[in-house]
Amino acid sequence: MRNVPDFLRPNKRNAWLAFVALGLLLLVLPFATDALLGRGWVRIVDFALLYIMLALGLNIVVGYAGLLDLGYVAFFAVGAYTYALLGSPQFGLHLPFWIVLPIGATLACIFGALLGAPTLKLRGDYLAIVTLGFGEIIRIFLNNLNAPLNITNGPQGISQIDAIRVAEFSLGRSQELFGITLPSVHLHYYLFLALTLLVIFISLRLQDSRIGRAWMAIREDEVAASAMGINTRNIKLLAFAMGATFGGVAGGLFAGFQGFVSPESFSLMESIMILCMVVLGGMGNIGGVVLGGVLLVVLPEALRNGAGPVQQVLFGKTLIDPESLRMLLFGVALIVVMLWRPAGLWPSSQRQRELEAHDGEAQQEQDTVYDASR
Amino acid sequence: MEILLQQIINGLVQGSVYALVALGYTMVYGILGLINFAHGEVVMVGAMVALAVIKVLLATALSPVLVLLLSLLAAVGVCMALGYGIERVAYRPLRHAPRLAPLITAIGVSIVLQTLAMIIWGREYHAFPQLLPNASHSIGGAVINEVQIAIVLVAVLMMAGLLLLVHRTRLGRAMRAVAENPSAAALMGVNINGVISTTFMLGSALAAVAGLMVSANYGIVHYYMGFMLGLKAFTAAVLGGIGNLRGAMLGGVMLGLIESLGAGYSGALTGGMFGSNYQDVFAFIVLIAVLIFRPSGLLGERVAERA
Amino acid sequence: MLRNSGALLFSALLASMLLGCGKSETTSTNTSGDALVVKIGAAAPLTGAQAHIGKDNENGTRMAIEDANARGIMIGGRKAHFELLSEDDQTDPKAATIVAQKLVDARVNGVIGHLNSGTTIPAARIYNDNGIAQISPSATAVAYTAQGYKTAFRVMANDAQQGRVLGEFAAKNLQARNIAVIDDRTAYGQGIADEFIKAAEASGAQIVAHEYTSDKAMDFTAVLTSIKGKKPDLLFYAGMDPQGVPLVKQLKSLGLNAKFMMGDGGYTPKMIELAGAAAEGMYASLPGVPLDQMPGGREFAKRYEAQFKQPIQLYAPYCYDAVNVMISAMQKAGSVESAKYLQELAKISHDGVTAKIMFDEKGDLKGGAITLYQVKQGKWSVIETVGGAPAAKH
Repeated sequence: MRNVPDFLRPNKRNAWLAFVALGLLLLVLPFATDALLGRGWVRIVDFALLYIMLALGLNIVVGYAGLLDLGYVAFFAVGAYTYALLGSPQFGLHLPFWIVLPIGATLACIFGALLGAPTLKLRGDYLAIVTLGFGEIIRIFLNNLNAPLNITNGPQGISQIDAIRVAEFSLGRSQELFGITLPSVHLHYYLFLALTLLVIFISLRLQDSRIGRAWMAIREDEVAASAMGINTRNIKLLAFAMGATFGGVAGGLFAGFQGFVSPESFSLMESIMILCMVVLGGMGNIGGVVLGGVLLVVLPEALRNGAGPVQQVLFGKTLIDPESLRMLLFGVALIVVMLWRPAGLWPSSQRQRELEAHDGEAQQEQDTVYDASR
Repeated sequence: MEILLQQIINGLVQGSVYALVALGYTMVYGILGLINFAHGEVVMVGAMVALAVIKVLLATALSPVLVLLLSLLAAVGVCMALGYGIERVAYRPLRHAPRLAPLITAIGVSIVLQTLAMIIWGREYHAFPQLLPNASHSIGGAVINEVQIAIVLVAVLMMAGLLLLVHRTRLGRAMRAVAENPSAAALMGVNINGVISTTFMLGSALAAVAGLMVSANYGIVHYYMGFMLGLKAFTAAVLGGIGNLRGAMLGGVMLGLIESLGAGYSGALTGGMFGSNYQDVFAFIVLIAVLIFRPSGLLGERVAERA
Repeated sequence: MLRNSGALLFSALLASMLLGCGKSETTSTNTSGDALVVKIGAAAPLTGAQAHIGKDNENGTRMAIEDANARGIMIGGRKAHFELLSEDDQTDPKAATIVAQKLVDARVNGVIGHLNSGTTIPAARIYNDNGIAQISPSATAVAYTAQGYKTAFRVMANDAQQGRVLGEFAAKNLQARNIAVIDDRTAYGQGIADEFIKAAEASGAQIVAHEYTSDKAMDFTAVLTSIKGKKPDLLFYAGMDPQGVPLVKQLKSLGLNAKFMMGDGGYTPKMIELAGAAAEGMYASLPGVPLDQMPGGREFAKRYEAQFKQPIQLYAPYCYDAVNVMISAMQKAGSVESAKYLQELAKISHDGVTAKIMFDEKGDLKGGAITLYQVKQGKWSVIETVGGAPAAKH
C-alpha cells in the first residue's frame, strides 16, 4: 500500500471526513466554476479531465514500465476517430456511445499491442523515435485516407459527430435532473469525472498488483526482471495495451464532446504535452500525474487570459503578444520545475528514496554521464 | 533515366542536409548519452544570426565572400555560447536526475528558443539573400547547383574532421574517456566538465554551419525551421546508429534517398494507392524495420542490454 | 497528507482562476432605459500567428456596430443599441468551442465569426445547439455550411467555388492541357485542390500528376522532379506562401518550364518579396472583388484607415457586411432574437460593401466573386473577376 495516497488509507482518523469533503468539492465544482468564472471555464475543466485520463494512460507506459513513448496521441486519435466514424453521417452509422466507446478502447488496445510488438528489443532513445514515428504514421494515414476510398474524410476532418447519448438522455443539451438544470458542459463534466475516477482506481489497483510490480521491475532493470522469471515480452506489451486503452477512451469522449475531429488535433506536440504532464507532475505517482494534467491545461488558459491585462496594468500597453508570452513562460516553467524537482512536482515516494540514495553512493556504477538512474 | 538520376541527386543533397544536423546530435549523444532535443533550435538560431549579420553588412561595401565568412563566424560564436549556456543551465544540474528530466528541460529550452526567436525576428518568413553566384551544373540531364554541391562536401568534410578530432587528438581521447566511464576519466585527471562543455560547443558550432548551409539552399529562414529539421536529423542519427559519426552520415543520406525515391516512385509502384503523401510513412517504416533487425541502428555498437 | 494533496489541487485551481479572470472585452456605453440592447459576438484569433488578421476582423465588426449605433436603428419599433463582445479563439478548435460557449452564456443575439475553418466548424455546433445565428466572414471550407445547420452563414465564396474558378481559368483562359497539382494536405489545400481538379478536367484539361507535400516542408525537389517527368504546362500548388516561395524557386532551378498558379494562399505581398524573380508571371486568386472595385470599397478603406490607423489586412469589409446583413434581417423580422430573424436572414438581399449578399439554401454566398491576379513586374495585377453580383451603388 506504499504508493496509495494517504487519504485512501482506511485507518486514518479523518480519512472519511476528508473523502466526503473532496467528493463534495468535485460535485459542486462545475456549478462553482460556472458562477464564478463563466461556463467557458467549465469547458476548460472538462478538457482538463480528458487530459488527466490521457496522462494517467501514458503514466502506465512511461511511469510504471519506464518505456518512453513519444507517440501516445495516436491512441487518442484512434479512439476519437472510431467514435467519429461510427457515430456521424460519414458512414451514416449512429451507434450509441456505450457501444462505440468500448470498440474505440479495444481498437486502441490492439494498436497499442501493435506498437509494442516491434519495439520490444529497443532501449530508451531508440524506443522514443520509433514511438514518435508510429504516432506520425497514424496521423498521416488519418490525413490521407480520403482517397481512393473516403474513410476518414482526410484533412477536412469529420464533423456533426453525435453527442454522447444513452437512450433519450443526451449530454448534448441541457437536462433537468432532480429539479436542477444541468447544462451540456456540466453533464459532460460528471461523465468525464466518473471515468477519470475509474481510471484512477484502475491505476491504483494496477500499481500494487503483480503486474504493477512486474512493470516496475522492468523499469528498474529489465535483465534482472527476466531473470526473476518475469515474462518481459508479455508484460511490456500489456503496458502498451493498457496505456493505449485509456487513451482510446479519452479519444472517444473527446470526439463526442467536441463534435468535430480532424488530424491537426493529434500532432506530435500533443504527445509531448501529455508526456510533460506525466513527467512534470511526477512519474509513476497518480496524484502527481493528476496535478500535472490540471496544471498544464489550466495554467496556459489562465496565462492567456491573464498575460494581456497584467501587461496593460504594468506597462500601459501590450508589449509581448500574450500567446508568445504564454509559450515563453511555459518553456521556462518546464526548465525551472525540472531543475528544482527533477522527479516531478509530486514524485512517488519510492522514486524519491531512490534519488536520495543515488546522491550518496553508486555514482561509480554509471556508464555514461547521464545514465545515473536508469 | 535522367529523372532517376535527378532523384538520386535530390536525395543526396537532402540527405547531406540531414547529416549536417545529425552530426551535431550524434556528437553530443556519443559522449554524453543524452539527446539534445534543442539541437534543431540551435540550427535555427544559427541561421537567424547569420541572416541578421548579413543584413547589416550588406549595407556596407564589403565583398560578398567576406560578408558570408563574417556571418558564419558570428553564427558560430553565438551558437557556441548558446550551446555552453544550454548545457550549464538545463543539463548539468540534472546529471544524476531521472532519465526523463533532461528530456523535459530540453523540450523547455526548445520552446523558449523558438518563442524568443519569434519575438525577436517575428513570425514571418525571411528571405535569405543569395550572396555568391550559384550556377547550376548538368550531369547527364540532371541539375545540381553549387550550394548543393557545397552542402554535400561540407557534410563529408565535417564528418571526416570530427572523426579525426575524436580519434587522433588529445581532446578526442578525453571525450572518449568520458564517454566510456566518466568517473574513471575523472580519476585519470580528465576535466569532465570542461570536456562536456567543449563537446556541446562543438556540436553547436556544427549546428551554426548547418543553419547557414540550409538557409542558403532554401533561400528562406523562419523561427519554426529548426523543429522539423531537428526531428528528421534525429531520425537519421538513430537510423545510422546514434553516437556513431559515420552512422549519422549514412543515416542522413539514406533517409534523404528514401524520401526522394519514395516520393518519386511509390505512387507509380502502388498504382496510385500510396503516393508522395505517404513520404514520411516510408521513412519511418524503414526506420522501424532497421531497428527490428539492428536495435542500435545500422552502425551502432551493440551495447549490453539495459532497461 | 490529504490536506496537502487536496489543498495543492485546490490552490492550483484557485490560483489559476484568479489569474485567469480576464473577462471578455465589452464596448459598453451607457444605455438608456428603454433602448433595446443587442449583443453581437465576435470571435477570431486575437493572439498568436494570425492575431493581426483576427484584429482586422474585430475592427471591421466594431466599425459596423458603431455605424449602426450612430445611424440609430429601429427594430420592432424600439431604438436598438448594439454592443460588441469580442473573444479570442486562438486558432485552436478546442479554444473555439470554449469561446463559443462564453458567447452563448453571454446571451449574444448573433455571432460574427470565426476566422478560420478549423475553428468555425466545431463552434458552429454550439451556436446551432443554442439557436444563435452565426455569420463567418472568412471561413471557406465547404464543410462549414454542409453540416445542415440553419444557423450557419458566410459572406465569402467557399473553397469549392474558388477551386472551380481556378480550374476553369487554367484550362480555358490559360489553355493548359496537361496540369500537375501539388496539395499540402491541409483542410484548405485538399479542399481547393480537389475542386480545381474536377473543374480543370471538366474543361478538357488532363491532370498528369497529383503530388503531395506538407505545410511544414521546405524541400520539394522530389515531387517536382517526378512532375517534371510528366511534362505539364501548368503547375497548381494548393497551399500557403511559406511553402509556395521555396517551391517556386526549386521549380525554376530544376528547369521545369510550366506556368505556376496558387489560390489565395499565394496572393500575398510576401510571396513576391521572398521569391523575387521566381514569382514573376505566377497566378493567384482571392475571393471577392478587389477593394478598388467594391461599390463602397474606397470610401470604406479610407474610413477604416482613419479610425484604426492601419490599412485593411484582409477580411474587415466582409465583417462589416456580415454585421449589416444581420442587422438588416433583424429589422425585417422586427426582432433581435435569432429564432425570429433567422428566416429573414436566409432570404436576405443586402447591398454590402463587398457585394450584393444573398444566401443559398445552405447558407453559402450566392455567386461569390473570385478575382484572379498575376505577378507582373514584381507587382500583383488584376487579370479578371469571375462571378459575383455587384451591389448597387449606395
